Amino acid sequence: MTAPSTGPSLPIDGITGRLTGLVKALRSHGLRIGPGETVDAAAALEALGLADRERAREGLAAALLHRESQRAVFDPVFDLYFPAGVGVPVRGDGDRDALRERLVAALAADDQALLARLAGEAVDGFGAYGSFGQGGDGWSSYQTLSRVRPETLLARVLAALRAESAAEPGTERPAFTDRLLADEVRRRIEGFRERVRTEARRRVAERRGTEEIARRAVTTTADRVDFLLAGRAQLDELRRAVHPLARKLATRLAARRRRAAHGSIDLRRTLRGSLSTGGVPMRPVLRRRRPARPELVLLCDVSGSVAGFANFTMLLVQALHDQFSKVRVFAFVNRVDEVTDLVAHGNADPAGLGARILGEATVTGWHGSSDYGTSLGEFAERYVDAVGPRSTVLVLGDARTNMSDPNLPALRNIAERSRRVYWLNPEARTQWSTGDSAAYAYAELVEMYECRNARQLSTLITRLLPV
Amino acid sequence: MTTGYFTSVDDVAARLAATGYLASPAVATTVFLADRLGKPLLVEGPAGVGKTELAKAVAAVADARLVRLQCYEGVDESRALYEWNHAKQLLRITAGRDESWDETRTDIFSEEFLLSRPLLTAIRGAEPKVLLIDETDKADVEVEGLLLEVLSDFQVTVPELGTISAERRPFVVLTSNASRELSEALRRRCLFLHIGFPEEELERRIVRMKVPGLDEALAASVVRVVGALRAMDLRKVPSVAETIDWARTLLALGADTLDETVVRDSLGVVLKHQDDVLKAAAKLDLDAV
Repeated sequence: MTAPSTGPSLPIDGITGRLTGLVKALRSHGLRIGPGETVDAAAALEALGLADRERAREGLAAALLHRESQRAVFDPVFDLYFPAGVGVPVRGDGDRDALRERLVAALAADDQALLARLAGEAVDGFGAYGSFGQGGDGWSSYQTLSRVRPETLLARVLAALRAESAAEPGTERPAFTDRLLADEVRRRIEGFRERVRTEARRRVAERRGTEEIARRAVTTTADRVDFLLAGRAQLDELRRAVHPLARKLATRLAARRRRAAHGSIDLRRTLRGSLSTGGVPMRPVLRRRRPARPELVLLCDVSGSVAGFANFTMLLVQALHDQFSKVRVFAFVNRVDEVTDLVAHGNADPAGLGARILGEATVTGWHGSSDYGTSLGEFAERYVDAVGPRSTVLVLGDARTNMSDPNLPALRNIAERSRRVYWLNPEARTQWSTGDSAAYAYAELVEMYECRNARQLSTLITRLLPV
Repeated sequence: MTTGYFTSVDDVAARLAATGYLASPAVATTVFLADRLGKPLLVEGPAGVGKTELAKAVAAVADARLVRLQCYEGVDESRALYEWNHAKQLLRITAGRDESWDETRTDIFSEEFLLSRPLLTAIRGAEPKVLLIDETDKADVEVEGLLLEVLSDFQVTVPELGTISAERRPFVVLTSNASRELSEALRRRCLFLHIGFPEEELERRIVRMKVPGLDEALAASVVRVVGALRAMDLRKVPSVAETIDWARTLLALGADTLDETVVRDSLGVVLKHQDDVLKAAAKLDLDAV
């Protein structure tokens, strides 16, 4: 893609320009939007007008987006191209305590309009940085939030709410729902933090050109998040995606199995059936295939660096368990242990899976860094009966051996005993065999695939799994 | 080409509300656009948030006939589009023994022997119609191909009769729970609307409207507890339908406030998995009492 230079972009003229700019920015984030949708979007804007910004937002989303996960990208980009206000609509007076005081009241009342204005004031008063004095050459949500610290207001908001309900007899809250109050206020505070981030982004965009910010400052959809770079929140989101994803994959696999079941014509049975019709084969008989459900063996590196990836894949495979006659999961860092049971129970509490594996299974010896050679050797020695001619082995890991012997014969041994071995590597292909990685050495023995995000993983799973 | 049922977004919201469907701003806006641009509306979202209800409400408001195609695995052309009434054709052939073959042939493939199924029904006739294609994700991929012709040009081709085009466009709603990815081609023909869980205030109004006998404070508490449950990491988070069920249950139980005992006893109405019930009970501290 030929991106324009990163200098300040041309001012966006008119609604058409804004709309095409928006579409371009969305495309650069991997959303596939055709000209047809753009035309629809323009028609939508024409029908709705721009007077109500939220309606314009919903209208554009309806015309341009195709699935809900794209909203995470769309909303911030929309805020950049169709900002709520231009310039500095609200000036903060820089009095932090007064601002925090008003924030408490706004949070207690859950007054969205006021919260939006306060977010503007907060960024204006505390978010500027740089050498140009008031106004600065940039706006930082991080700086704003670390000065205003809305999360520390929880106790005060709660006190305000309690005082309010105590003051009005008859409206006192039942003790039970009171318990939910703290969580509710926490959610409101998080909402305010998000508003501050949006506001800071908008101001930066104004100064530096919308296009560049749209390209850089907007997060990607969950299924494209790099496993190795994902933060906690994103991993949680991925984990929540496991069940829907598994269901989707399962229907796809089932459809493939159904199609595969329409096998070739069984000539012998067709002819035998044709005796009753005087030798005219009226009803062709199809050869029925025995539904062979494959066995799956998972061999996962659960050392710190790739644990997120391994956990996610384990959960996904576990959720797909009815597609296989048998699933066995082994985890290793530098020693191998079977964790099938842990993963099976892990469905109830996916968050603690990694910790449970490290706590309950023997996956480390005398040191904590991963050692593929020793682990593969131990697997080939102790659990070799887990692998047979019907089993597909998935090895999950980055193949970083910490300078120890990669033990290629062990992997060759596993590969010879099993039906197929696939290695899913969460590192970019360009990183393979750099430093202590033995990726290409292993890739010569078994098929190795780059598997950096949930999207790649689901394509690989549907393509590779034998059905 | 518009369907022309509505005049503005506010008009949508007000008239839907009059039939008992409280629409969020997003829903009202998208319905208006689907009406104005004459495009099908693809509605996705968790079960029980009112996707099907939306189509019914639009039909009620527009005083239109609701034509429904319920999709399932194995639904095919003869179920979705049209089929020939073979029995009647046979009768016709037997009745006219003295005719020449040519006469019979032109006769038995005429309108009279055509059984129209939902898709064909929806595009024939001049009366206003709402076409609801429910649970599109349950149908096989081939059906999507069939929908493409209907949804982009609003026409159906019957080989013996030629192409039948819509005299009047129906308002089309497709619903999906996203259990299968719909094809990109189908998505491109539709406006997309995701109905999620409503804002607290809207949900309170929905509960008050659907369960009129419920005390206002209690309705508010119910919505708040459901909100808290949705924030938990559950296997099946409660939907609007469950909120309403719960509100009805509480009304039937004669509860006037929401306390630990009531919640513990009726949590099964809102949560559908035992794991979830246990988890929620622990989180809400129900056993502490």
